[in-house]
Amino acid sequence: MSEPSDKKTKSPVCGAGSRKLSSAEQAWEKNTLAPTLAKSAERQKEFTTTSSYPIRRLYSEADLAGWEPARDLSFPGEPPYTRGIHPTMYRTRLWTMRQFAGFGTAEDTNQRFRYLLAHGQTGLSTAFDLPTLMGYDSDHPLSEGEVGKCGVAISSLADMEVLFDQIPLADVTTSMTINSPAAVIWAMYLAVAEKQGADWKKISGTLQNDILKEYIAQKEYIYPPEPSMRLVIDTFEFGMKHTPKFNVISISGYHIREAGSTAIQELAFTLRDGMEYVEWAMRRGLPVDEFTPQLSFFFNAHNDFFEEIAKYRAARRIWYKAMTERYQSANPRSWALRFHTQTAGCSLTAQQPMNNVVRTAIQALAGVMGGTQSLHTNSLDEAWALPTEFAATVALRTQQIIAHETGVTNTVDPLGGSYFVEALTNEVEQGAWEYIRRIDAMGGMVAAIEKSYPQREIAEASYRYQMAVDRKEKIIVGVNEYVTPEKPIELLQIDETVARRQAARLSKLRAGRSSVEVDRRLQALRKAAHSSENLMPFIYDAVKSYATLGEICEAMRTVFGAYEELSVT
Amino acid sequence: MPEKKIRVLIAKPGLDGHDRGAKIIARALRDAGMEVIYTGLRQTPDMIASAAAQEDVDVIGLSILSGAHNTLCPQLMKLLHEKGMDDVTVLVGGIIPEADIPALKQAGIAGIFLPGTSTQDIIEFIHKRLAPAH
Repeated sequence: MSEPSDKKTKSPVCGAGSRKLSSAEQAWEKNTLAPTLAKSAERQKEFTTTSSYPIRRLYSEADLAGWEPARDLSFPGEPPYTRGIHPTMYRTRLWTMRQFAGFGTAEDTNQRFRYLLAHGQTGLSTAFDLPTLMGYDSDHPLSEGEVGKCGVAISSLADMEVLFDQIPLADVTTSMTINSPAAVIWAMYLAVAEKQGADWKKISGTLQNDILKEYIAQKEYIYPPEPSMRLVIDTFEFGMKHTPKFNVISISGYHIREAGSTAIQELAFTLRDGMEYVEWAMRRGLPVDEFTPQLSFFFNAHNDFFEEIAKYRAARRIWYKAMTERYQSANPRSWALRFHTQTAGCSLTAQQPMNNVVRTAIQALAGVMGGTQSLHTNSLDEAWALPTEFAATVALRTQQIIAHETGVTNTVDPLGGSYFVEALTNEVEQGAWEYIRRIDAMGGMVAAIEKSYPQREIAEASYRYQMAVDRKEKIIVGVNEYVTPEKPIELLQIDETVARRQAARLSKLRAGRSSVEVDRRLQALRKAAHSSENLMPFIYDAVKSYATLGEICEAMRTVFGAYEELSVT
Repeated sequence: MPEKKIRVLIAKPGLDGHDRGAKIIARALRDAGMEVIYTGLRQTPDMIASAAAQEDVDVIGLSILSGAHNTLCPQLMKLLHEKGMDDVTVLVGGIIPEADIPALKQAGIAGIFLPGTSTQDIIEFIHKRLAPAH
């Protein structure tokens, strides 16, 4: 692939140039505004977004110089998709209400899944515990104290069979938040689907599988970038051939934002991650028009309503330009950026937790006004623990209220054409392109990560934000203002019996399987890892022999080595 | 004679990689004039106790968001005791349900800081706690 690293897009990006006021606006400033300001000054000298992006008093035609509606706004379902990827959006089909859930053992989570489906949830989303995310079995010494705590513990195909018991994978779409061991967990999922008799060509769901944002933000990596990227591209290739409806990756800004980035950084790093995957896959020889329709995205919905909406609209425009201009894609299915949204966990407060219902509702509304394809709303108790059933139900009901009671679903892109929203969309897009070009100049995202560039940018932004909160320049209700004494709320408790039950199940599994067969298949996997063969078939074989997650990840670790980051503080 | 700087080890025990809080605290304490050593991710209690001994720190700050505090904190306190390091002030910040706080204090954790704590509060706590020695 001959992608010059400093290549620029051909399409112009409108940004905040100098504002040339119309004579009417000049007259308004003189006759109406000036006397008001003379009487009483505004509350603050400067108004900024949650990301500290400056916002002007009034937006008008003057902010849209160079903006061409036919080119930059267009119509829904048409390039550059600013107004959404479907012509009718939520008038035809609401977004998928996909609540992220997982705790304890596979049985515990299976029960919660079935509860959520019974209450009108339309898709599943699996949270795995930390040992699973790091590729360790529940009985590994490093798993002590962590089993089933942050999600469900899955150590083998046997656990996966329990997790999806009585849930028809042919009909329900499932998202799985798993990254370093994504190929292994996906192989387990496909094995369960096969056992249920579901057709791989028809099943749909999403594998997070986004290793780049792990190095950048969430830090659940196992292997160094090179072999990790190989595993990701292996899943792309496998998915293209065998599961054409499955999203093989969910390129995630969510965790980047949670780590403290600004909205523009979230957008820029996520989209540049997306470009990195496309480029690695093209270097492997995958045809751009064939694998890219299976790429999906995942963004955060933070507090600043309009900044978030502008971010989603700009994301679609950037991806369209990247696909058509950088990669010459001819397939419209590759052009339209599809995304999941989750409300901002980092915005929730431990203090006055009921207020979190309000925060979450406003954030979710931004996701919907920004045209999301699916949505998770956080529960009010998540600054304390995983949600109780009560809290999880309120969160789901929040989405249902937005969908059925507010009226925002009646029309497509209700904010389209707003001076403020269009200007902010342009500016956010411009800010993101600046970052993208900087990363191009560094030689791409893997190179930038190795230089700690995105990590450092995020750490800076997160520190600035915390200082602004500490100085009360930013007010957080119930935290640094409007503080009241409180009583503790009821929380979900995960006890250590989960770890014991998991350990017992694992020793029974190990005793009951053919260790000769397990060894043979792990050996085959190790051998393939040394070659350049696609590892998915070998991982699938190992999974079917009930080799555990830990054994499979360890087999690859012996070949690939482990990654240690250079910590930036 | 210049006052000896307070030495702090910021550590992320367990498998969790969410290091936003740990990094902010490390930087805020450094900006407040302390010597700060950050261990990086995935430190076992053993590694943390050894690093604390080697660096001769006055304070250990643990950042735990994963719910593993009831396992990890007592393990660390036991190791510090075995090394004769009972005088080291151990603080925990992160997601700690209130019900777990008494047992952690019992185990010897000097301060527990929940979400929403300002960096200034932590700085003041450390200064007060170490006042007689420094």
